[in-house]
Amino acid sequence: MTCTSMRTTPSFSSKVLDIDAEAVTREIVEATRKIVFHRLRRRGAVVGLSGGIDSSVTAALCVGALGKERVLGLLMPEDESSEESPRLGSQVAEGLGIGYVVEDIGPTLKALRCYERRDEAIRKVIPEYGSGWKSKIVLPDLVNSSTYALYSVVAQSPTGETCRARLTAESYLAVVAATNFKQRTRKMLEYFHADRLWYAVAGTPNRLEYAQGFFVKNGDGAADFKPIAHLYKSQVLQLGKYLGVPDEILRRPPTTDTYSLEQSQEEFYFSLPLATMDLCLYARNHQVPVSNVADATGLSVEQVERVYTMINSKISSTHYLHLQPQLVQKIDEVDVSAPD
Amino acid sequence: MEDIAQKIRTFVIDNLLFGQEGDGFSNEDSFLESGMIDSMGILSLVEFVTETFAISIDDRDIVPENWDSVSRIARFVQAKIISV
Repeated sequence: MTCTSMRTTPSFSSKVLDIDAEAVTREIVEATRKIVFHRLRRRGAVVGLSGGIDSSVTAALCVGALGKERVLGLLMPEDESSEESPRLGSQVAEGLGIGYVVEDIGPTLKALRCYERRDEAIRKVIPEYGSGWKSKIVLPDLVNSSTYALYSVVAQSPTGETCRARLTAESYLAVVAATNFKQRTRKMLEYFHADRLWYAVAGTPNRLEYAQGFFVKNGDGAADFKPIAHLYKSQVLQLGKYLGVPDEILRRPPTTDTYSLEQSQEEFYFSLPLATMDLCLYARNHQVPVSNVADATGLSVEQVERVYTMINSKISSTHYLHLQPQLVQKIDEVDVSAPD
Repeated sequence: MEDIAQKIRTFVIDNLLFGQEGDGFSNEDSFLESGMIDSMGILSLVEFVTETFAISIDDRDIVPENWDSVSRIARFVQAKIISV
């Protein structure tokens, strides 16, 4: 057998996600400038700053595109959000030299009975849940077993005891509906400031989130433009390093910052470390053989197949989140496509 | 068991397919493969079955082997009823 007749299977590894950070930055900056100034005809951008990598990178890109004087940061803590979030968010804003406003949404959420409604729903399955308790909702292990994505609530009493109960359909929907107030209230404030400044609202989802419907409809899912929605999480991290996002934010584990018990994005939605989910989503999108993905991720072939099932299921079941309002008849005088 | 399967099928059509049987589906059709029903639908089915047939269902029983088609659910329920 000669060398020319030998064939080797192309290797698949996390290197497929490596980007030229400078070039990608330039591309996003140019696109953002065109979108905000020319397509949307807005004077600047509002960015909700959570203290996480996605919003930090989004803000930095907006500054590169529009100028720091045309970017407003919004810090929107509430009663249950991490204390780190506003501190890190303000650090990002100050580092970028952008103006920022702190809007405490706790009182608004209380007025909407957000916490109260959520707690009522939890009490349907944990009757003793009450004042001083903390909670989060979690998925079962979907990678190591063929089971359904049925959420349970994990609750911690004021004295530290924890318990867990599977949510009924009614209680799950009620918990999610109540907690969705948080994202929707934040978006309401982003649009308030955007309206008064004639700015556009930047959305901050990355590709894992955008593709798999990890957002709240008309909450964090709403925006005028989403400059990093096409980037895998590890690519957002690469940009973050390039753009000088503080190390503490680069190292911060992604959280939902939505429930009173600390909850990782992995246990709430993705069921995998995000670096692994990145690779699996990329592989699925590029029809990479399952065996190559298994080699690259350390998962078994069976586990990769389960991850693919999970991804496909999420894409399918959250398709409606991406839809425009459905009309009975097309309205010819309204062109909903983006102008050049 | 036909009666159990029919009750389950009726629940699926009325509550999860909203009365739209579409091209029709057989009791053997996989919910997962067809994409007919998602996890929320399975949860609704679990609650329906628990109430209708007065059986208790352990979380460990909520797996596709028992829930991925009308027939599978009917067999699972039948076995549960017999074991009570």
